[in-house]
Amino acid sequence: MCQVYLWNYPLYIRSVPTENELQFHYMLHTSLDVVDEKISAMGKALVDQRELYLGLLYPTEDYKVYGYVTNSKVKFVMVVDSSNTALRDNEIRSMFRKLHSSYTDVMCNPFYTPGDRIQSRAFDSMVTAMMIQVC
Amino acid sequence: MADAALFEFLHTEMVAELWAHDPDPSPGGQKMSLSVLEGMGFRVGQALGERLPRETLAFREELDVLKFLCKDLWVAVFQKQIDSLRTNHQGTYVLQDNSFPLLVRMASGLQYLEEAPKFLAFTCGLLRGTLSTLGIKSLVTASVAALPACKFQVVIQKA
Repeated sequence: MCQVYLWNYPLYIRSVPTENELQFHYMLHTSLDVVDEKISAMGKALVDQRELYLGLLYPTEDYKVYGYVTNSKVKFVMVVDSSNTALRDNEIRSMFRKLHSSYTDVMCNPFYTPGDRIQSRAFDSMVTAMMIQVC
Repeated sequence: MADAALFEFLHTEMVAELWAHDPDPSPGGQKMSLSVLEGMGFRVGQALGERLPRETLAFREELDVLKFLCKDLWVAVFQKQIDSLRTNHQGTYVLQDNSFPLLVRMASGLQYLEEAPKFLAFTCGLLRGTLSTLGIKSLVTASVAALPACKFQVVIQKA
């Protein structure tokens, strides 16, 4: 499941399993706090655009939550099942890079007003392809 | 090489087109066209602000963002860097370009001084749009003392 956030309201939400969707939404919202913490900490320490973190182990099942922030303060959050141990750091990074580049394309679309929900079919199909690859 | 010329021609046509349709020569009508041009520049700036800093590291402070504008943005759009950046460290920055590519073909001196603002509106919007994507609200104005040198003044709005 992944989400795109701008200034803390969601621009795009997509998930594969449809049960427990509310749980996912809750997790994603709380993970925003952690993202904000990291951003403010980043100001002092090393200047790295990409951030990756493991967190939010849920009582029933384990989930890993990854975050990524762009220069324009757009946050991408991804939740993956911990049972899927085949996913490595590099793959997550490349997934975020693809998300970022598709988001850039959406921004450059003259029919898209920044701040709206993302309705681009190209973006949808890119995310679908990525999620199929993973799940 | 050809890219630079294409943008210049397009820009010239944009200004000409917006002025041609304006039958109202009074200041009210003129302001409309200027704000349309600025609005166009704003949207383009928003998209550029997303695309250009893709691989650069996160900006740590305002000055970094302004330096990025002076170097990377100007190079991407006009194939040269801004000649000087000054600031009063209190939210006002002045970007000076001594041979602004969109004005350099027109004159060099005081001829056409009244026409110059039309050709700067789009660029003001461009700066404002890029700053807004990078999270900075600002007000950008331009002034020309003698073509083709021009100054862009950026005032950061503190919310």
